Amino acid sequence: MTKPENMMTWKDLEIGSIVTEPGNASQYQTGAWRSQRPIHDFTKCIKCGLCYLFCPEGCIGQNAEGYFEADLFYCKGCGICARECWTRAIKMVEEEE
Amino acid sequence: MADKVGIEVSVAIGDAVKLARADVVAAYPITPQTHIVEHLAELVASGELDAAYIPVESEHSAMSACLGAAATGARVFTATAGQGLELMHEVVYVASSMQLPMVMTVANRALSAPLSVWGDHSDVMSVRDVGWIQIFTENGQEVVDNVLCAFRIAEDRRVLLPVMVHLDGFHLSHMIEPILFPEQAEVDRFLPPNQYPFPLDTAKPVTMGAFAPPVIYSETKKAQEVNIRASQEVIIECWREFGDAFGRYYSPVEGYHSEDARVLLLTMGSFSETAMTAIDRMRDDGKSVGLVRLRLWRPFPFEEIRRAVKEAEVLIVVDRALSFGGPGGPVCSEVRSALYGEAKRPKVVSFVGGLGGRDISLDGFEAIVSRGMEIAETGSEREFEMFGVRE
Amino acid sequence: MEKYALYVPRLVTKEEIFAPGHRACIGCGEALAVRLVCKALGRDVIIASATGCMEIVSSQLPYTSWQVPWIHTLFENTAAVASGIEAALKVMSKKGKRPARDTKVVAFAGDGGTSDIGLQALSGAMERGHDFLYVCFDNEAYMNTGIQRSSSTPFGAATTTSPAGKMSIGQTSWKKNMPAIAVAHNIPYVATACPSYPFDLMAKVARGLATPGPAYIHVLSVCPTGWRCPPDLTVRMGRLAVETGIFPLYEVENGKYWLSDDSSALRPVTDYMKLQGRFRHLSEDVVEEIQRRVKTEYAGLRRKARRRHHEDG
Repeated sequence: MTKPENMMTWKDLEIGSIVTEPGNASQYQTGAWRSQRPIHDFTKCIKCGLCYLFCPEGCIGQNAEGYFEADLFYCKGCGICARECWTRAIKMVEEEE
Repeated sequence: MADKVGIEVSVAIGDAVKLARADVVAAYPITPQTHIVEHLAELVASGELDAAYIPVESEHSAMSACLGAAATGARVFTATAGQGLELMHEVVYVASSMQLPMVMTVANRALSAPLSVWGDHSDVMSVRDVGWIQIFTENGQEVVDNVLCAFRIAEDRRVLLPVMVHLDGFHLSHMIEPILFPEQAEVDRFLPPNQYPFPLDTAKPVTMGAFAPPVIYSETKKAQEVNIRASQEVIIECWREFGDAFGRYYSPVEGYHSEDARVLLLTMGSFSETAMTAIDRMRDDGKSVGLVRLRLWRPFPFEEIRRAVKEAEVLIVVDRALSFGGPGGPVCSEVRSALYGEAKRPKVVSFVGGLGGRDISLDGFEAIVSRGMEIAETGSEREFEMFGVRE
Repeated sequence: MEKYALYVPRLVTKEEIFAPGHRACIGCGEALAVRLVCKALGRDVIIASATGCMEIVSSQLPYTSWQVPWIHTLFENTAAVASGIEAALKVMSKKGKRPARDTKVVAFAGDGGTSDIGLQALSGAMERGHDFLYVCFDNEAYMNTGIQRSSSTPFGAATTTSPAGKMSIGQTSWKKNMPAIAVAHNIPYVATACPSYPFDLMAKVARGLATPGPAYIHVLSVCPTGWRCPPDLTVRMGRLAVETGIFPLYEVENGKYWLSDDSSALRPVTDYMKLQGRFRHLSEDVVEEIQRRVKTEYAGLRRKARRRHHEDG
């Protein structure tokens, strides 16, 4: 786990402020930006994976049954998956406050 | 150790880089640096130096290619001068901030306009605060020795900073001088292979040059400042070990008849050679004068400067650059601030001269000393005087 | 052109080399493009990235979205940095100072960093013939600094420095043809691509990467923020750019042009433009002018591509 930026002292920085933990941005929750969330209707999902392919966040993966689903920790709610889904298996709904 | 050879200083620099076994040279030609990079291109073309020579399309790209090469852990060299240093300015700042070790010789040159290809320190002063280690040299031997030292200092795990080795354009870069070259085996013993700890390598991916929001930018700068200050100890250690190995010793501040002198001149760069001869002549005439030569420009050797001048009554600083609308010579301004808090300190007089390739002769240095003493006695409202300008 | 029957999305590598947690805007077409390009690049690459949207969103200290070695230094020098990396890797491997892995060097930059401020460095690197792949992610303005016009902004588009007004139609110059500039350097591989055609994009990246010498790929990256369009339309917008002929997809291999999608029946440009706020102010006359220009340029491209085919055959 990377120390949060507001806790870091100058001594915590690596030489030249290099980041040595690849992909540690995954600690950052972009899902908090969301105003809409995708709802998946798995009865319509044909597991084609197009939603996975077109997700700018790279946050859609297959669940245990093989259906594609967004990881809401990252999902910003852009709605591209819903728009591009051939079978209209994905619907965007307003996030509740 | 080999015999001395008479060689053009620029060519000698190329040979020193070859002795250092550089991996990558990226450079763009600019007077008066051209002979350095021409010779390196020849050495690579002939196979004498096993390196990549990248003939880039600008100095901006020269320094940028050096960043990329240094980030892979390669031993990297470039050279520039004047406008070239100005064009690469923003990249120069990045090299030190990202702590990418490399060596650059700067054949110091005046800045346009009007265009001048001749020497002064205007180019150096524009990069004064960029965070590089900066070493000044006075003759060909010093340049060769310090190019070798510069690689070792830059790549030292405790430092990891780029180093500039300054030599005056034409006044030094184009001189033919007798120079002693160490043997390859001796250099190999003195200069271990570069072991940059975080190279760009797919086996261990790193992210270099991440951006810093206000919450962390100050921390990055503090780390950088602590690092360059701490480098002074390593620089001194390197010079000591170089001296032990090769018999030539260097220090951040070097004196010439300075210990007992009532009046001290302070110079930086190749003017020191003429100044030393002038000191000899003045001492023969019974004047109590000496010379202080500033070798390490960054990190600035505050303590050493204080020690070197504290017993003198008058300190006359000769700069080769102007700080327009400012306090006069940039070197003098640093020296003044180093001395400001001292209870006992000499009167400091600032001269600016030798701009755009104009020489200061032996008589010139004598005139500077006389005028400096006069100013020190009578007091002057002025911050500085320009020397040798037709009124 | 995208044959989904042949290319199964599920078979695309699941590895996210551009890791989630990046801070790109909602529905960012450039983040999508980078993500797909990275999938095609794989892990044996070193990426040099220019200042710009993708640099800012992916590397805020102390975090990084990158799973591969990645370096950012400045805005305009990315091709030069990549030159240094490439030359160093080559010589270091030769001298036995690095393991002899076949690591490829890739440069990423936006349209400003490529066609404006970075053009000189890119031209130098292409002319010197470094073995690297340069990918330009073109969102048609300086989006990172707040939607200012670049030389890649299309004619008529309103940006914050080419605003539409009583005396102005917005951008008054035609989009700089960056791929043609790359072609003029006689490099072995040039292509245009768009993430709305993911398999085409990834195939071109793989081809560019495998090409010895310089390769240049120009990727149209839809920017809902700057183009003023709904974020869910990002992929559709890219498709419309291609189907209208505004952004044709093609490859230039050793000077030979190949259209990736040879469609003679182009959709009207209004299908694309009417969905974007940046074109909303344009009069019918101006739209007509754009339509004529698109048709002429597309016809020119088809002629060139066909002629090369004939010479080839």
